[in-house]
Amino acid sequence: MSTRITIDPITRLEGHGKIEIFLDDKGEVENAYLQVPELRGFEQFCVGRKAEDMPQLTSRICGVCPVAHHYAGVKALDEAFGVKPTETALKLRELIYCGYIVYDHVLHFYFLGGPDFVVGPDAPKAKRNILGVIEKVGVDTAREVIKHRAYGQRITEILGGKPTHPVSGVPGGQTKVLTEEGRKEIETMSKSCVEFAKFTLQMFEDVVLKNPAYMALITNPKLGHAVYNMGMVDEKNRVAFYDGKVRVTDQKGKEFVKFEGRDYLDHIAEHVLDWSYVKATYLKAIGYRGLVDGPDSGLYRVGPLGRLNVADGMATPGADAAYRKLFDTFGTRPVNSTLAYHWARLVELLYASERALELATDPGITGTDIRNMKFDMKAEGVGVVEAARGTLFHHYRLTEDRMIEKVNLIVATTNNKGPICMSVREAAKELIHKGKVDDGLLNTVEMFFRAYDPCFGCASHVLGRPTVVIDVRNQYGDLVQQMAG
Amino acid sequence: MPDKLKFGFYWAASCGGCEIAVLDTNEKILDVIARADILLWPVAIDTKYSDVKTMPDRHMDVCFFNGSIRNSEQEELAHLLRKKSKVMIAFGSCAHHGCIPGLANLSGREQILKHVYTAEPSVVNPDGTRPLVQGKVPEGDVTLPEFYDKVSPLKHVVDVDYYLPGCPPAVSGILDAVTAIFQGTLPAKGSILAPAKALCDECDRNQHLAKKMPDVKRVWEVQADPAVCFLEQGIVCMGPATRGGCGQRCINGNWPCTGCMGPTPDVSDQGGKMISALASVLRVDDEKNIAGPETEKLLAKVKDPVGTFYMYGLADATIGSRRQR
Repeated sequence: MSTRITIDPITRLEGHGKIEIFLDDKGEVENAYLQVPELRGFEQFCVGRKAEDMPQLTSRICGVCPVAHHYAGVKALDEAFGVKPTETALKLRELIYCGYIVYDHVLHFYFLGGPDFVVGPDAPKAKRNILGVIEKVGVDTAREVIKHRAYGQRITEILGGKPTHPVSGVPGGQTKVLTEEGRKEIETMSKSCVEFAKFTLQMFEDVVLKNPAYMALITNPKLGHAVYNMGMVDEKNRVAFYDGKVRVTDQKGKEFVKFEGRDYLDHIAEHVLDWSYVKATYLKAIGYRGLVDGPDSGLYRVGPLGRLNVADGMATPGADAAYRKLFDTFGTRPVNSTLAYHWARLVELLYASERALELATDPGITGTDIRNMKFDMKAEGVGVVEAARGTLFHHYRLTEDRMIEKVNLIVATTNNKGPICMSVREAAKELIHKGKVDDGLLNTVEMFFRAYDPCFGCASHVLGRPTVVIDVRNQYGDLVQQMAG
Repeated sequence: MPDKLKFGFYWAASCGGCEIAVLDTNEKILDVIARADILLWPVAIDTKYSDVKTMPDRHMDVCFFNGSIRNSEQEELAHLLRKKSKVMIAFGSCAHHGCIPGLANLSGREQILKHVYTAEPSVVNPDGTRPLVQGKVPEGDVTLPEFYDKVSPLKHVVDVDYYLPGCPPAVSGILDAVTAIFQGTLPAKGSILAPAKALCDECDRNQHLAKKMPDVKRVWEVQADPAVCFLEQGIVCMGPATRGGCGQRCINGNWPCTGCMGPTPDVSDQGGKMISALASVLRVDDEKNIAGPETEKLLAKVKDPVGTFYMYGLADATIGSRRQR
């Protein structure tokens, strides 16, 4: 029997996961598993509900990504109701979506993943969090962080009623117009977010890119994956969050396929793992070959790095310059480094801020034509958006009286499940030798799932337990060390 | 200066929205941190399970527990945290009544597992593989928690001192609760920390409060007038049966209340109360013919009554769940 190291549960993420690391007789890592221990089953209990309730029911899959679920649901309903939303409604939806990306990316960088860089991966565990970040960057900067996360939430509140679990999306449009007063407030907040995003990118450069120890982790080829990438793009192949086509590129960055969301079943499938409640998706054309890299493996990555890798650029000037800097720095395309997800996320933070400002100053944004109610009813609809963590699919089949008959959901983190497991395994192999582990080292292993900003709440449709136990066992399974790390 | 209080935040089966609600207190969270140490908060802090286990009993002054109990692991943690905390607050609708995930009690364990791992159109699973509570990988054994047959609110599992309702709780409610904790002015055990009023009583559309509901319409069928009571426009709004204190967030989004704050005070069953409220407003002008086929037709237009009247409260409702064998 192998020696085993258990990290249960992993922390500073949304939801719950557990890592099992198996060591051989020499104390080298044989394998590692990231298990997701929970499930809720929304696909089952949404059956029989009213179609129009879906955007709200499914937003309870995730209170961190409620806007993504809300609009994946609304878009699925648009299609099933055979209705095209008005121009104003589409602008409002994209604006609320930008607010969501702002608060979510700020949350991840400063609260979840960032503390590993700002205070250091092996800082005492009591400091490796937002409190440690505040100590390090000072209360004034902390207030800026808090303020700009709140701005993202405030934008969703103005447009969606509730900041968490918004209510404004209906088939064919929105329920609520944007007043001039609200528009002005959003304009002011967006301007401030643009500056804050630039500040954060600069801080990332100063704190991370200029630190040789971090750069060693970021550029280590063993800590990256040559898998396919997936993300939504606009008609010019630029990153798109709310609407577009799903583009997949191969390990060399070449387009593999570009498809409409409604055709997702032709392109992706889910594999069931008996050691995790979360399934792993793969490209149907390639097939599932296990948790391995390379062109023969159908695995792909989604989320900020996946999106940047499949895109040809960003649709706003500042973000486009930041995008080019990222790829120029690595000198490769696609970028395979797992920790580069953080940088990609900050490029997107700037894009969402700049795009919010564009929309908030668009003369049409306060229009009152917010609903199209000419329906040409269909039986089914698929809605696809880019959640902060990656491509999200909602697929509903409706009865004639617009009740839910079938539901299928593929969430961002399910798409990333395979690569996240591989990243944790490769990090453990690279970092753990001769059976030696400590708190800092194991936290560094955890950095490799955190980079993805995984939402195991979404993926399992449930969230988990709060604390960490690490048991080190000998080859007989006896507990030899229980650690606080 | 008295010692700082010790707080814990824990999530069980929930969506994370309750954690976001805590963050939505924004800069006021700095005031909380100044007066209380947060010993446990998985979304933000690397506290260890072993740390909690080794704490003396009743070490934490207050545990804010969000999420319902969906599996064996969450049940274990609920018991552990109850033991380690002086005051246990069921934080948010999932802990309070089971919330939307509680609708899963209309199905059961087997039906859900079958659907998710076999029946979905994107799943390719010829061998019928399922996650195993006691599993094996080539290198050894791996375990997963047991997925329960039904969702339970926190109070079905452990003793709860207070309830902070809402999906998620409103920031004002959170701040009021924290202030009461700091000032030592918490009310009697078992209290719900929210106003003792129905949502209708604080609704801005109250001046147009429905005297009658002439028809039953679905939200997608009409463009609701943002100034007029939803019931008067024929749209089912849970306001009469739902506790206030949410800040009318959904109403502000021009969407009817769906009931996340739970039943009004002195009412145990939110759905029952709503059915009674509907009975008193549905076409009241035509009371003489109330038992006629026209009324039957109207009632048939109220779709999915369970999902409508018990969207947040099914796991804790008197109607219970599907029949248990």
